[in-house]
Formats: sequence, structure tokens, C-alpha cells
Amino acid sequence: MIYLDNAATSWPKPEAVYQAMDNFMRHTGANPGRSAHQLSIEAGRIIYETRESLSMLFGIGDPMRIVFTSNATEALNVVIRGLLHPGDHVITSSMEHNSVMRPLRHMEKLGVEVTVVKCSSEGFLNPHDVEQAVGPHTRLVILNHASNVVGTLLPVAEVGQITRRRGVLLMIDAAQTMGCYPVDVEEMHIDLLAFSGHKGLYGPQGTGGLYIRKGIESSIEPLKYGGTGSRSEHEYQPDFLPDKYESGTPNTVGLAGLGAGVRFVLEQGVNEIQKREQVLTRSIIDGLKAIPGVTIYGDSDPRKRVAVVSFNISGLIPSEVAMQLEEYHQIMCRPGLHCSPIAHKTLGTFPQGTIRLSPGYFTSDDDIEGTLEAVRRIIATKARF
Amino acid sequence: METAEYSVVLFYSTSNALQAEKLFKKTGVAIKLIPVPRQLSSDCGICLRFDRPDEPSVKAILEKKQIEIQGIHPI
Repeated sequence: MIYLDNAATSWPKPEAVYQAMDNFMRHTGANPGRSAHQLSIEAGRIIYETRESLSMLFGIGDPMRIVFTSNATEALNVVIRGLLHPGDHVITSSMEHNSVMRPLRHMEKLGVEVTVVKCSSEGFLNPHDVEQAVGPHTRLVILNHASNVVGTLLPVAEVGQITRRRGVLLMIDAAQTMGCYPVDVEEMHIDLLAFSGHKGLYGPQGTGGLYIRKGIESSIEPLKYGGTGSRSEHEYQPDFLPDKYESGTPNTVGLAGLGAGVRFVLEQGVNEIQKREQVLTRSIIDGLKAIPGVTIYGDSDPRKRVAVVSFNISGLIPSEVAMQLEEYHQIMCRPGLHCSPIAHKTLGTFPQGTIRLSPGYFTSDDDIEGTLEAVRRIIATKARF
Repeated sequence: METAEYSVVLFYSTSNALQAEKLFKKTGVAIKLIPVPRQLSSDCGICLRFDRPDEPSVKAILEKKQIEIQGIHPI
């Protein structure tokens, strides 16, 4: 079996991730930060260690700037729904996932003005177009770091210089880059960053989070209110991080796994992971390019993208190709629109979508060769009809 | 055996208490996370107990690392 759906969820995970989760369930198990007994404190320590490891990955000194959510979508919702008010203006790109577009369209109905800056047909964004869109009521620019459809990287650092200069907040959806592409929130002038725990950070599903630059939390209402284990005598939500946005019992077993995943990334080194994934991406792109009847989307330079490759075979619909890849070749990938209709409109692949291959750090060279051979066979079989 | 005299650091958030615990373990100051004693009121349920003579170094470390605390009390 060949697993090429790492952009949805990375799999398999490093061995330490399975062990950390098993260990927590068997030997700790308690509710963190609620009681003061040893098991509760140990559960709290596990979460703190995960927070601290993430702060190292983000290049920030204060681990409390990291808030845990159930996924990147929730982190995006915290900011979009908690920061923006009727009359505010928000700018985004035409390469976004529905995790950004849907909450923005919802806020639009409530009176928030939304500008979608058009990207090129390869998915590139011109930072100048973002600056042109900034107006007197612009509160936030929100961009994905890399497309979940074609892997194209957006110029976050360049936009960060513009937003900082113009007094606008910058939020990045780093679901596709965290763990496999260097991210330095200070250097890139990122004010808010949503990340997924179960992709490049190798944690389990149900984990994710939000980085909040110091001071911005006073402008963002929480999505959830409730018990935090702190200020228990008060009936009002605490205003400090991380408690302000972490009401209710957390996913401790998930965060134990995420911590092990992040430490794996730190041990391997983001640059090493990036290098390996670039090699895999290059093999897929070069291999597909050589097959007549295949169209590849996005830029073909692996340095301008993450390990996500979208393609189509002329005369075949994506779902049919994916079905054949699985049925005859045991290759797991994702066809269709990838929850990103606006990105497919930009690429010119709406509504049929594409076939997406997303290798990961554990993908082998043989996996790629096997996949290319499968694509060749599908085309050869089609030609016989 | 001499009876030790202790003080505790109270925190706003459990996360801060755990952050401080790790920090003190690294610096070698003898501390223990304990439930907040009944006579004290705290925003978070656990606090850090230390030997009272260590108070100056405890304070200095917390300040240096900018960990927010609710207060230090003898117990």
C-alpha cells in the first residue's frame, strides 16, 4: 500500500507518537490542571512540554503564546469570529481553503467587508496586490502559507512587511507548512498563526493550535467560554493566555502525541524534512511531466512549493483516476476539490478538481516510482478502449 | 530533624506553575508542586513550595524569566 494523502493527515506517525499516547492512556490518564494530585499534575506537565516544544519550533520565547485548539479550522475561527466586527475590512487570497473562506463569508453576512486578492493560475500572489487592497478599515490580512491543492507558497514575509508598516494584522494558515517548511513568526511579522497538529507535526487528528502575538489577545473574543482550572472563584473568563481560549477538558492524549511529533520534527530538523520532501516532489513532478496526457498544476519548481502535487489525465475525471489508483495499485490519494473551490477556480480546475498526491517524510523513492508506473498503466489501459 | 520553613509561589494559571516547575528543576532550586493550602486563595489550584531561605533566588529566577505570579506567601 502506498499512502500519498499526507496533506490531509500525515501517516504513519513516528513510533514515539504512538508510545506517548499509549503511555498517557495507561499510566497518567487524569485531567490536567484541574486537581492537584500527582496524575493531574503529570497530565499538565505533558501539555506544558508540548507547548514548550512548539514555542521552540515557532522561534518564540514564551510558550504561553501557543493556544491549543481541536484543529487549524478552529484556530482560524477563533480569530475570524473573535476579532472582526461589522464595518471591518479583511483581505484574503483566491487560493484559500474553505476553513478560511467559509468563516469569512459568514462574517460578510454580518457586515464585515471581504476582499479576495486574485492569484495567478499557478497560485502565486503578488504582495503589491495586497497592499493595493488595504484601506482605512482594513483590520486583517489572512493568507495560507502554502496551498493545500498545489503546494504553492505565498509570499508571507513580504506581505508581513506591508501589513506591519500599514498597521494591519497578519494571520497565516500554516496547516500545510508547519513542520516541513521554516516558519519564524517574528522575522516574518506574523501576528497570528493557525496550525494543524496532524499533518507536518505528526500528532493525531483532533490537535491543532493558534499562535497569538503578545497583546493581540485583548482584541479577540474567545469562541468558547468555560472552566479553565484557573480563577475558579470567578464567573468571568480569564483574560490571560493560554487559559482565555482553552476552556473545557483538553485533548490531553492527543497533545501527548503531538508533543512527541513536534520533538521528532525538532530532532530531524525542519530543513532536513523540507529537503527530503523536495526530492520526493521533484521526482513526482518530473515523472508525471514525462507522461503524455498528464497536466500538472502549479509551478514545477519544488523550491516554490511544499510536497503537494495536483494533476489531471486528459479524458479521465479525477475521482475515476483515484479509484483506479486505489483499486488496482493500492495507492491512497485525494481527488476532487480538496475543500478549496476558490483555489480550483483560480487554477482553472473547477468544478472537476484534480488528483492530489501528497508524499510525506516517510514516503520512499519506490512509493513514487510505483505511483508513476500506476499512472502510466491507467493511461495505457484507457488508450485500449 | 529540623522542621523546614516553607513559602509558596501562587500563579494565575496552571501553565505558569508548570513552566516555573520546569525552570526551577533546571536551576537546581528545591521545589515541589503542591495543592494551594486552604488558608490561601489562588487563581490556580497548584502552587510551588520552596524552602523559605531560597526566596531571593526564587524571586530572581521568576523575574528573569518574566513568569507572572500572583504572589509569594509563607506557609
